[in-house]
Amino acid sequence: MAKAPALPSGFELPLEPRLPRIGSIDQVAVEERAASLARRSIKREAKVFALDLAVRMMDLTTLEGQDTPGKIAALTSKAIRPDPSDASVPSVAAVCVYPNLVPAAVERVRGSSVKVASVATAFPSGQSPTSVKVAEVREVVDMGADEVDMVIDRGAFLSGRYAKVYDEIVQIKEACGDAHLKVILEVGELGTYDNVRRASLLAMAAGADFIKTSTGKLPQAATLPVTLVMLEAIRDVHEETGRKVGMKPAGGIRQSKQAVQYLVQLHETLGTEWLTPDLYRLGASTLLNDVLMQIRKEKTGRYQSPDYFTID
Amino acid sequence: MSRLPVRKTYKLFIGGDFPRSESGRTYEAQGQNVARASRKDVRDAVRAARSAFGKWRGMTAYNRGQVLYRIAEMMESRTEDLAELSSGRKEVEAAVDRWVWYAGWADKYAQVLGTSNPVAAPYFNFTIPEPTGVVGIVAPDEPALDGLVARLAPVVVGGNTAVVLASESAPLAAIQLAEALATSDVPGGVVNILTGFKAELAPWLAGHMDVNAIDVGGADGEIPELERLAADNVKRVVRGRADRQSPYEIAAFLELKTVWHPVGV
Amino acid sequence: MTDLERRQDRAPVPSSWDYAPAPESRDIVTLEERYGLFIGGELAEPKSGEYFPTLSPSTEEVLAEVGQAGPEDVDLAVRAARDAYENGWSTISPAERAKYLFRIARILQERSREFAVLESLNGGKPIKESRDVDLPLAAAHFFYYAGWADKLEYAFPNRRPRPVGVAGQIIPWNFPLLMLAWKIAPALAAGNTVILKPAETTPLTALLFADVLRQAELPPGVVNIITGDGRAGAELVKHPDVDKIAFTGSTEVGKAIQRELAGTGKRLTLELGGKAANIIFDDAALDQAVEGIVNGIYFNQGHVCCAGSRLLVQESIYEPVIEKLKRRLTTLRVGDPLDKNTDVGAINSKQQLEKIEELVKSGEEEGAEIYQPPCRLPEKGYWFVPTVFTNVAQSYRIAQEEIFGPVLSVLTFRTPDEAVEKANNTPYGLSAGVWTEKGSRILSMASRLEAGVVWANTYNRFDPTSPFGGYKESGFGREGGLHGLEPYVDVEESEVRG
Repeated sequence: MAKAPALPSGFELPLEPRLPRIGSIDQVAVEERAASLARRSIKREAKVFALDLAVRMMDLTTLEGQDTPGKIAALTSKAIRPDPSDASVPSVAAVCVYPNLVPAAVERVRGSSVKVASVATAFPSGQSPTSVKVAEVREVVDMGADEVDMVIDRGAFLSGRYAKVYDEIVQIKEACGDAHLKVILEVGELGTYDNVRRASLLAMAAGADFIKTSTGKLPQAATLPVTLVMLEAIRDVHEETGRKVGMKPAGGIRQSKQAVQYLVQLHETLGTEWLTPDLYRLGASTLLNDVLMQIRKEKTGRYQSPDYFTID
Repeated sequence: MSRLPVRKTYKLFIGGDFPRSESGRTYEAQGQNVARASRKDVRDAVRAARSAFGKWRGMTAYNRGQVLYRIAEMMESRTEDLAELSSGRKEVEAAVDRWVWYAGWADKYAQVLGTSNPVAAPYFNFTIPEPTGVVGIVAPDEPALDGLVARLAPVVVGGNTAVVLASESAPLAAIQLAEALATSDVPGGVVNILTGFKAELAPWLAGHMDVNAIDVGGADGEIPELERLAADNVKRVVRGRADRQSPYEIAAFLELKTVWHPVGV
Repeated sequence: MTDLERRQDRAPVPSSWDYAPAPESRDIVTLEERYGLFIGGELAEPKSGEYFPTLSPSTEEVLAEVGQAGPEDVDLAVRAARDAYENGWSTISPAERAKYLFRIARILQERSREFAVLESLNGGKPIKESRDVDLPLAAAHFFYYAGWADKLEYAFPNRRPRPVGVAGQIIPWNFPLLMLAWKIAPALAAGNTVILKPAETTPLTALLFADVLRQAELPPGVVNIITGDGRAGAELVKHPDVDKIAFTGSTEVGKAIQRELAGTGKRLTLELGGKAANIIFDDAALDQAVEGIVNGIYFNQGHVCCAGSRLLVQESIYEPVIEKLKRRLTTLRVGDPLDKNTDVGAINSKQQLEKIEELVKSGEEEGAEIYQPPCRLPEKGYWFVPTVFTNVAQSYRIAQEEIFGPVLSVLTFRTPDEAVEKANNTPYGLSAGVWTEKGSRILSMASRLEAGVVWANTYNRFDPTSPFGGYKESGFGREGGLHGLEPYVDVEESEVRG
């Protein structure tokens, strides 16, 4: 094989004139596109379908300092049977908890389809040595987590040390073993859609099974346009490599109307293939009950009151 | 014994050169034989104007202003000659002053005629004037010199190139002007001046598909026909008047281009 | 439990998601069986005695009958406009004029849903466009020009702007109410009175607008609306007492009007056809560029004079752009214009459909490669699937002629010079698009493209403050912005010396 000539940085071999190139994102245009998709009018059976899917795709989340095994017990029973009065409502996809709560969660979901996801890697800031992060991931996997939600090192990313970010994801992925890896970009700290796209491609190249918008710990979390940018990056990777990477918007999604908007966007960007919890998750802590109320409204034709839905 | 003067042959002005009419024809005006241009001379003049357009419009406005000012300088130094061929010194001075006035507009009309437009969405949006291209001018018969300048100056200051049909009855001042233009810094082809019979030539100019606008102000009875011909390529039609002087005279030969760009990070 | 087992106890997810119909209700619109002509503030029977049916192009249902204005009707309308001009409108205080226009803008906002539904019903355009584009822009246009009415001396410094007089305005069927607003708002703001002739196939929103004028208590005769086919327009153009003609439509008709007016000294503005190039450089933000391409040619079924109907793609990025574009086309929803999820509605008329079909056939015959996404079209009505032609040569008819339908011709280029040369290689010059992330290239391209509107990293954006109009055979004069006043004011004065 011929030896590649030395190339200036930025030129990566192979020099195929193909996607995914990093490229850039026009803010105004992507926001207009997202807004236009959000204006789809989803009614009746199409809405019921979306609400049901939203439940199946939900990562029911609690990430508080005050989380206890008792809290986790309540959360997991809600996750397994979101609406005890309606057996047709499916379980959510997963519960998402801090590492210390993984054993409690694993214990509670046993026998159900609900998975346990754990945040890790010095969540939410990611400002710890890589070795510590790797050790943390090994622990949560050993404790039985099915999925690991890691954060990227934004400090490294924003100072241009992309290799550091990349290497860390590679090591975490390795530490995950069979557990699925979701890589949180924390888009609220990245500043531009260009950076979101760059970080998305970097995470996918390093082995992410999912890319995820946010920790939920910042006021700027998932938005429709930022999610669209990430979906388009996933699409480019799929076009080029055939690999299907999942997407998880998280934070700020509180109403079923929003959930439907996210699903419309998914549907029209990546197609029906991605309409599965294996490839799309909604990270949320308070969304579920609103979706349940809407489902019951669609079934009964009456507007609902929160008094009739258990908080967890 | 007095010396027998050497007479000048009055020729056309095309692409910076002074050719005779390709037809070999002349007619007598103001006691001289003057070239009588043909439709092929119109064709050649339009071609010269078109090929000069890119360079002329591409010059900086400041530079175009200087070139126009240089025209005034060259005319001023020929005041005597021009006065003899026009209605007199007063007309020449008026024409010189007109060039100076328009020279000053070169780098200002875009500021007066352009706008930035506050659209109700995140876009930067501005409108700028641009030259329309090749402009045909049927110059008024009277005043032969200042009338021509009044119509020509606003056309060229805007970055257009011109093909002028000079005063039919008094064409000599136009050719004298051409000599001033040729020795100023006006690139060849920016101004082309034809002498001859307007009724014969104007329809060829009005119907020419590579002429973008036409000033029919100096045409006589044939205006309706010229305007009809102008419709073949949707020419901008102006009925110019020799007594008008304003930035709106420049605007009449300008297109407006509006550019949108998103504002984002 | 293994991972696999866990997955199996989950109910299977349906593999497709069909959006349920989401039709906007028609109930908000009340149609008369028959409409007369709006002359001197009254809807009156045409003296011609002729009526013709107006359809819904998506169902071929007859919505109503409207009057065909004959020569006598046109004359009555011009007289009414002249009378209103001489006896009041040109002399009332500009501030009062402004207030009438503000009223009209407000009433349009208040009744916008009604207008949007009627626009989609009569014209075939998707409700989301009539609701989100046509109506807001129409109201905004009146609002914008209302403010100019008493400020004209600031628009034309050193001049005493005066109205031109009676304006005859002829508008097309692609944006019926919006074009009405583009015509009427500046004319009235400057103190003119008007006779407006809507397009033959889309008269209904103009007739409903007459009711807005009633509510606004606009003095009779200031706006007159005469319906009919091209004969009515021709009469209006010919009428000796009309001071100004404004026409939006085909280049062919525009030229005929220019010829007709030759020698009359009447003022004329023309907004004609286009064959715009939408130029994609290899450094463009691709997904947004693809949206821009789609919005450029499939917006309003491609019935847009400034549509980006020629796509010029840099060769180095050709494949991914075409792949993305084709993929995006599969998500376009073609169908019932009143469904809120419809992206592409009905073709405006049978005649237009036949024209599109004829040109598409010529494209196939000349050797271009056609792509149409799988698409189920309604059985009744006039429909055309969004279409992309690749391997198009500059000489093909589909690269030269205005199709005015959802048909895109794709060409390639290698260098910026070649892109400019190809883009400008047309008698038209209405609009152009440029997609590149390089600022200096945007400015260079914008300056070299012969087009009245250049959209850089966007396409098909409109705003009342933004002048619109063409170079070359796309017409002359501008609509919108400060420059849009100029056609309706007389600023000529005798010599002003420095």
